[in-house]
Amino acid sequence: MPEPLLQVKDLKVHFPTDDGLVKAVDGVSFTIEQGETLGVVGESGSGKSVTFLTVLGLISKKEARIQGEVLFRGEDLLRAPDDVLKSIRGKSISMIFQDPMTSLHPFYKVGVQIVEAIRAHLDISKGEAMAQAVEMLRRVGISRPEERVRQYPHEFSGGMRQRAMIAMALSLNPDLLIADEPTTALDVTVQAQILDLIDRLKEEFSASVVMITHDLGVVAEHCDDIMVMYAGKPAEYGTRQEVYYDSHHPYTWGLLQSITRIDLPRTERLRPIKGLPPSLIFVPSGCPFHPRCPYVMDVCKVEVPQLVTSNGRHASACHLSLSEKERIFHNDVAVQA
Amino acid sequence: MSATEVATELIPSGIGEREPLVKLVGAKKHFPITRGIIFQKKIGQVHAVDGVDLEVYPGETLGLVGETGCGKSTTARLMTKLYDLTEGQVFFDGVDITKFNRNQMRPLRREIQMIFQDPYASLNPRKTVGTIIGVPFRVHGTLSKSKIKSEVQELMELVGLNPEHYNRYPHEFSGGQRQRIGVARSLALRPRLIVCDEPVSALDVSIQAQILNLLEDLQEEFHLTYVFIAHDLSVVKHMSDRVAVMYLGKIAEIAPGDTLYENPKHPYTGALLSAVPIPDPNLAAQKKRIVLEGDVPSPIDPPSGCRFHPRCPRAQFPTCREVEPELTRHHRGQFAACHFPLEDRAVIES
Amino acid sequence: MGRYLIRRFLFGILVLWIVSAITFLIFVKLPAGDPARRVAGRQITAERLQNVRVALGLDKPWYVQYGRFAKGLVPFPGWFLNEQAYFSYANQVPVKEEIFRRLPTTGVLAAGGAAVFLVIGIPIGIVSGIRRRSLADRAGMLFALVGVSAPVFWIAYLLLFLFWAKLGWLPGSSIPPGEGLFESVARGRFILPWITISLTYAAFYARMVRGNLIETMSEDYIRTARAKGLSERRVVFKHGLRAALTPIVTMFGMDLGYLLGGAVITETVFNLPGIGQYAIRSLFTTDFPAVMGVTLFAAIFIVVANLIIDVAYAFLDPRVRYA
Repeated sequence: MPEPLLQVKDLKVHFPTDDGLVKAVDGVSFTIEQGETLGVVGESGSGKSVTFLTVLGLISKKEARIQGEVLFRGEDLLRAPDDVLKSIRGKSISMIFQDPMTSLHPFYKVGVQIVEAIRAHLDISKGEAMAQAVEMLRRVGISRPEERVRQYPHEFSGGMRQRAMIAMALSLNPDLLIADEPTTALDVTVQAQILDLIDRLKEEFSASVVMITHDLGVVAEHCDDIMVMYAGKPAEYGTRQEVYYDSHHPYTWGLLQSITRIDLPRTERLRPIKGLPPSLIFVPSGCPFHPRCPYVMDVCKVEVPQLVTSNGRHASACHLSLSEKERIFHNDVAVQA
Repeated sequence: MSATEVATELIPSGIGEREPLVKLVGAKKHFPITRGIIFQKKIGQVHAVDGVDLEVYPGETLGLVGETGCGKSTTARLMTKLYDLTEGQVFFDGVDITKFNRNQMRPLRREIQMIFQDPYASLNPRKTVGTIIGVPFRVHGTLSKSKIKSEVQELMELVGLNPEHYNRYPHEFSGGQRQRIGVARSLALRPRLIVCDEPVSALDVSIQAQILNLLEDLQEEFHLTYVFIAHDLSVVKHMSDRVAVMYLGKIAEIAPGDTLYENPKHPYTGALLSAVPIPDPNLAAQKKRIVLEGDVPSPIDPPSGCRFHPRCPRAQFPTCREVEPELTRHHRGQFAACHFPLEDRAVIES
Repeated sequence: MGRYLIRRFLFGILVLWIVSAITFLIFVKLPAGDPARRVAGRQITAERLQNVRVALGLDKPWYVQYGRFAKGLVPFPGWFLNEQAYFSYANQVPVKEEIFRRLPTTGVLAAGGAAVFLVIGIPIGIVSGIRRRSLADRAGMLFALVGVSAPVFWIAYLLLFLFWAKLGWLPGSSIPPGEGLFESVARGRFILPWITISLTYAAFYARMVRGNLIETMSEDYIRTARAKGLSERRVVFKHGLRAALTPIVTMFGMDLGYLLGGAVITETVFNLPGIGQYAIRSLFTTDFPAVMGVTLFAAIFIVVANLIIDVAYAFLDPRVRYA
């Protein structure tokens, strides 16, 4: 069995602040294989972004206390020297972010920014790098790339900017592309174009992709495996089929029940998750979801549930027994499907 | 079809009256673009809203959807007269209020309210929540000072806030709670119409459902009429009785909710619907995609004829480039402005 | 873009006109004694007084008088600060001559001071911005606080006391007659004045650079730059500073324009024959044409500086070009 591309083991990222210790990520473990697309779903404060910013080394040890292991091709990135990290960033692991307008430098031409990314890792001339940049823009579907490469970000439309970001991220043929809410700021028709583009390029470049989002529709359509996060911990991990048709965590159930659906007839009332998202400083004891869980038991308030696999790689962090989970899902949740 | 014909055709479910509460006739709103050295000369305009006929019936929820630049927010503001119309008319309760000045609008302002998108920006951070919610009473002088507090606390309870938090400041509340404050404020004078401009877009998914339920409960209790604007089509589907799809300042299609989503007639509606990701992997795989090329064009220089023709996969020339389509009736209550509308069940196989 | 500049230029002319009008009005209303009397000299007869009056145009109505001065605004040879209107009451010398004679001194003071404050202020700001809350940051901001709070004349006298009176390292104030400007600089006569001027500005710039840099470094494009694998140095200098320093450029243009109009306090304390000193003297002697001339001259520098800044900003920030 080939070695997994990325293995994260018990990652914890805590930020000391004036108000207290913010436990943004509190014990996350997962694996990404070659060619896999992992969807990471969670709301604000779930820790999904911070997890991957830490993987890429963008959270400095000065601002946060980091524990655990992040193994990329077997090498622990958390303990690797700076120059190793820099050679990986942008070259083996790339990241694109939510708002392409603010993610590109407003004062430099788009071509220059892509060339910079290329030349940070490859020893080639500016001319050669620029030719590669033009080619990348063409591959992401930007017409007249030779002209576009000399323009500034504000001259691009929102969708085009995100394509340019993708071009920049893929220019060095990385093994792993992390996309942090890549389409949240875009119109829905543009969103569809960008997601299709990522799917296509994933094949062409043989890259693994992590899609971080809060949108359950996006992961259903574009991701093989899904990790649901809550309050800095993983709630559930499984394949697409498992998470949507056989999920094992009350938070996942809550999400599936509370979202509005375009594919189902109108319901009278939605079924929201009661309560408020948790504070990351004063995290509830035991299972962080327990104050909002309709199936809470006494043990949930005291003991933190571990992420336990039920079959294959399908795992959930919940004290309910497997048979109870299946019963509840098929009786209460799946009725809508 | 004229506005009146469209109007008489529609009988939203469960609503008896035929007189619309709000009516826009031939509404246009153009924002000038100026240039000049000393004296500013108009060199162009942004055709934000470019000829809209729309009725909103008492008790219904009318959804407005569309992408950036379609004019949905501007349309809503024309209905509430936050903007004056460049052309056309707006009626409230049968009365032509197009030319009403501020004094004439004042009493009407109690009947028409708005809820905004950003719960962080729409509340004054320096005022207590109690003050914020009480502002409408003070502005319109409808209650004596002593009664305001108790009325505000009642409102807070109504929207699910703890009335004891009367003296707290906005920053002490979460996003969802702040949105509830906005709702309470808009409800203070018991309006008849509330325009909700992306009220849940900035909220977490698990909170969105709470706020949407709240809005629905309040609608039932207070017989409210909603104009609901959102870019999330599934949210609009859930909330609305009828939905209008806008593109570049005009209405492309308007239909009862279920009809629109199951059986869109305008290719743009079809494309929009097929672009929405479905949280059901198997169903999503069966979806028929209508793919649009390019980005949403700018409302400064809209295309000739049918505005959608440059991006439309079904466009036929020269018709679509030269003739602007009118809203034509399809099934009961469904109107689409297209020369070559979609066949039945073009998008989703349910 | 061209349209924009033309508009700014016309606006600048308007500003100059308003400045001249206000200055004129102030002096017309000021009870400072009859200027004719002063110009006339010791032996004053009624006839002589009247002759002087006519020569100075003081017998004409106020708007005609103003017109004569307004003519001096136009940058046309022969009109600009012309000798007829702009003739000093105090020492019988054309104002224009006096200003141009003093300009090199002020120029050296301004240029040198600007160089010093940039070299001191910006690096302190950068270090403070990068290493927030470190010792270097706190020291830098303490320096900034002192520099901004301390009055210029206090700094000037303190420096004189320390480096001239006590330690004797540097020459004191004033330039001895007969000594050329170049020689004065070589002898180090400008060192203390440069330091005096620059401290206040350096402090201000340090704070601005620090603030801008902190804000810039928290922008999304910095995160993207790091994610590309760029070295931290490149991220800070090419991405961070490039954006953080752009507003500083506009400030610098204004400050330099202001300094060229005469650093009044510094020139007075150090007794340097610059435009600032001239301005003060003219005020105290109510030498109206001189005051008018200096004011307009300074105003012109500021207006021109503003125009240059506008053009420069369009080069620096590509988003502005399409306004």
